[in-house]
Amino acid sequence: MAIHILLLSLIIICAAFAVVRTRVIRAAIMLAAISIFVTIVLFVLNMPLAAIFELSVCAGLITVIFISVISLTNPLTVEERFEERDNMFKKFLLLPVLIIICAASFYMLTKGINFIPILDVSEAAEISDKAAMWHLKQIDLIGQIIIILTGVFGVVVLFKDNKDDKK
Amino acid sequence: MSYEALMLFKLYLITAPVLFVIGIYAIIVTRNIISMIIGLEIMTKGVTILLAAAGFFNGRPHLMEPLIITMIVIEVVILMIAAGYIINIAKKHNSLDVENIKNIKG
Repeated sequence: MAIHILLLSLIIICAAFAVVRTRVIRAAIMLAAISIFVTIVLFVLNMPLAAIFELSVCAGLITVIFISVISLTNPLTVEERFEERDNMFKKFLLLPVLIIICAASFYMLTKGINFIPILDVSEAAEISDKAAMWHLKQIDLIGQIIIILTGVFGVVVLFKDNKDDKK
Repeated sequence: MSYEALMLFKLYLITAPVLFVIGIYAIIVTRNIISMIIGLEIMTKGVTILLAAAGFFNGRPHLMEPLIITMIVIEVVILMIAAGYIINIAKKHNSLDVENIKNIKG
């Protein structure tokens, strides 16, 4: 129980730090930290495949993409950063209050839950991780392939050289 | 189902919406496009945690695993497209502030 509480509180703290910041690169690193903690949560919850995916893709690939994007854009000047920092603290003053309200309201909602519904025993309960991935969720896999191809197409279109820019 | 498992499930049920709220608030309040995408990512983490907890406490984590993997794939594709847009906007307007790109027509 203690490890769950520790991990979940670390995730919330990292999320709060990721949104309340002035340098975007620090937010990207905080996001990677959140992904690492989510990975540990997935391992603890007996989902090793999803955990490995989360670690390699979310903590690795997404952080690399974020850092590349940030390095390709112009950083803020010192004056702009100070100005943004002042605005940032004013904007996010309400965030702790919102978090407390949200947590309290969901605590009240979950008070009525006295049991966790267990689904009826079916064939799905007997199959292994691999079988669930490759046999039961075949349409998911097709969907994933289509989404990846769409993403590739989108990236090709977005990074295509614009003839007007050369002029 | 033991009392401890029930309390853990409730803990996850409280944590996931909190992460979702942090993400939504970041998207609403900030004007930097990269920060908005980071808010979106935080929202997705909340959903991942909720899905994982639902699968584990129902006794069928292997059924929820492919769903989480699918969601991660979608997350990456969204980020790739968003990255392309961000770089194009930054090149064209020399700024990442959404206030400065309001003159886009079409």
